[in-house]
Amino acid sequence: MTKTATVIEETPVLCVDNLLVEIPTRYGSLYPVNKVSFSIIPGEILGLVGESGAGKSMTGNAISGLLDRPARIAGGKIELNGRQIDNLPTNEMRRIRGREIGMIFQDPLTSLNPLLQIGEQLVETIREHLPVSRSEALKRAIRGLEEVGIPAATERMNAYPHEFSGGMRQRVVIALALCAEPQLIIADEPTTALDVSVQAQIISLLKRLCFERGASVILVTHDMGVIAETADRVAVMYAGQVVESGAVRDVLSAPRHPYAQGLTGSVLTATRATVRLHQIPGSMPRLDKLPIGCAFHPRCSRSLDKCRSTPIPTLADGNGRVACWNPMEQIQ
Amino acid sequence: MNLVSVEKLTKIFDVSKPWLNRFFERLPKRKLTAVSEVSFEIIAGSTYALVGESGSGKSTIGKMLVGLLTPTSGTITIEGVRLDDHGDKRSLDKLRQDVQMIFQDPYASLNPRWRVRNIIAEPIVARKDPIGDIVERQLVQVGLAPEDASKFPHEFSGGQRQRIGVARALSSGPKLIVCDEPTSALDVSVQAQVLNLMSDLRNDLGLTYLFISHDLAVVRHMANRIGVLYLGKLMEEANTSDLFNSPLHPYTRMLLAAAPRIDRFGHKIEPPAGEIPDPINPPSGCVFHPRCPLATEICKTNRPELRLLDHTRVACHHAQV
Repeated sequence: MTKTATVIEETPVLCVDNLLVEIPTRYGSLYPVNKVSFSIIPGEILGLVGESGAGKSMTGNAISGLLDRPARIAGGKIELNGRQIDNLPTNEMRRIRGREIGMIFQDPLTSLNPLLQIGEQLVETIREHLPVSRSEALKRAIRGLEEVGIPAATERMNAYPHEFSGGMRQRVVIALALCAEPQLIIADEPTTALDVSVQAQIISLLKRLCFERGASVILVTHDMGVIAETADRVAVMYAGQVVESGAVRDVLSAPRHPYAQGLTGSVLTATRATVRLHQIPGSMPRLDKLPIGCAFHPRCSRSLDKCRSTPIPTLADGNGRVACWNPMEQIQ
Repeated sequence: MNLVSVEKLTKIFDVSKPWLNRFFERLPKRKLTAVSEVSFEIIAGSTYALVGESGSGKSTIGKMLVGLLTPTSGTITIEGVRLDDHGDKRSLDKLRQDVQMIFQDPYASLNPRWRVRNIIAEPIVARKDPIGDIVERQLVQVGLAPEDASKFPHEFSGGQRQRIGVARALSSGPKLIVCDEPTSALDVSVQAQVLNLMSDLRNDLGLTYLFISHDLAVVRHMANRIGVLYLGKLMEEANTSDLFNSPLHPYTRMLLAAAPRIDRFGHKIEPPAGEIPDPINPPSGCVFHPRCPLATEICKTNRPELRLLDHTRVACHHAQV
């Protein structure tokens, strides 16, 4: 753990502190993201993992300022390079998005404009954020496409999104996200819509480019395998809260939160034969019917009386944090 | 004993533009060969899996088995009855009862305006058979409560809906169930529940599954024998342990290497080259040759036939045990 100890001293690119996202409804407020805290240092890949409804995409959208109304940030702080960004007006947030925070979404077809040639989309983005001439922007766009491995980049500049395959389209989206050289990239399920062989290509591309540029990545995914191969640190989310976070190796090979343990136990691998799968009973609670105390206790095999009444603590030690009254391995 | 035997099954889709466009734009007809001369057999009581990436034709084969699509050529024989034999209406009709399907998307495959009772009873009602307490028994069997019969699908979570889909498939007492990506729309913890339920049902009821999936890990967990498809062609067919321990076809090896694994931390991925080609203009010879590390001249010209090596059937010029 010497690596973690040394890098902690670096100033984080992004610092999220007690982030609270609220959706006001007629019957009271819902909190899809409930007091989430984490930070990312330069060059780090942080995996946000959880099942659907855990609040992982909401967290990403809150950071990039893309929350859909009526959802809003109701508390906490988001700092990008020491500057608070959660209270910025829309037009200033627009400038940050793209320039300082790049975004990659799940479906590459819907994140590209179907009516514009991809070269035009790249040039537009570059000129929006960087003070360069059109010809310089063109040059940069071609270089960007070459970097993400698109063959015959100069000719492909004039192609429309529908002329690309799914994998090539996601490459274009990555080029678009990286073209203004942001320090932070939020990748929301970037490979979920792709086939395995293409997924491997896109992940290794994303890893290489972020390493070369020293960009940090928040990788939002439900796929534990992708997290294991890509991320440095991981935060496991459940019902809007981070239940466990730490170095990938620690969390995935020796999870301490019962939910994280159940989740890693449910994952199938192609490398070993399994007779019977570990299963967590029940499913994720609805946001308007969250259990009192720890949100996981109705599904938890290790729950105590106190889990049913008292909100979960955050226990920290040198290796990571776990939010549980009765974690798998006692923290000293 | 073979429950299912599939012989040289081929499906060609006509993907041409409408004839008037073709006439004015002078376009030729375009044909997409979704499945090309696929043969395999499923032993009663076992699980046969078809794996492949998108466009490999795995779902098309499943749909032809349940009769949702008609093969262009080739034959499907289930319990000794040929599906294209319309002379024998009665045994064909009886066969329909023995084959059911579980679909991928539990949100799209249940009618939102129907109560669960009607959804589950439909395969029996369609045959004008008495229903009795079958719906309640099916619900209990898949781990739901008998009271759930009067609810609507929207009152259930994704995993519970998939259980309803399983109950519907079971209600006519089938022997063969075609499962088309039954868990790919579900979260991992729920996927584990549904897969465990499906293995229990197979053991308790002696079912035979044709399991269609893109996920090698799921297939390894469920199947006894696996067929690997690529662009509509069967590339390799082997028993589960053989396929994972000693894959013979370079495509199978590529798939296994590319699948993300939870125990490979910070692994340097060597991504496979190239992408799946356009199925309308597939490569000549062996369809995998443009991406294959072993490809030589012969692969570009001659399509390899399936050869039997040990217990594995493999379609590759260079495969060796």
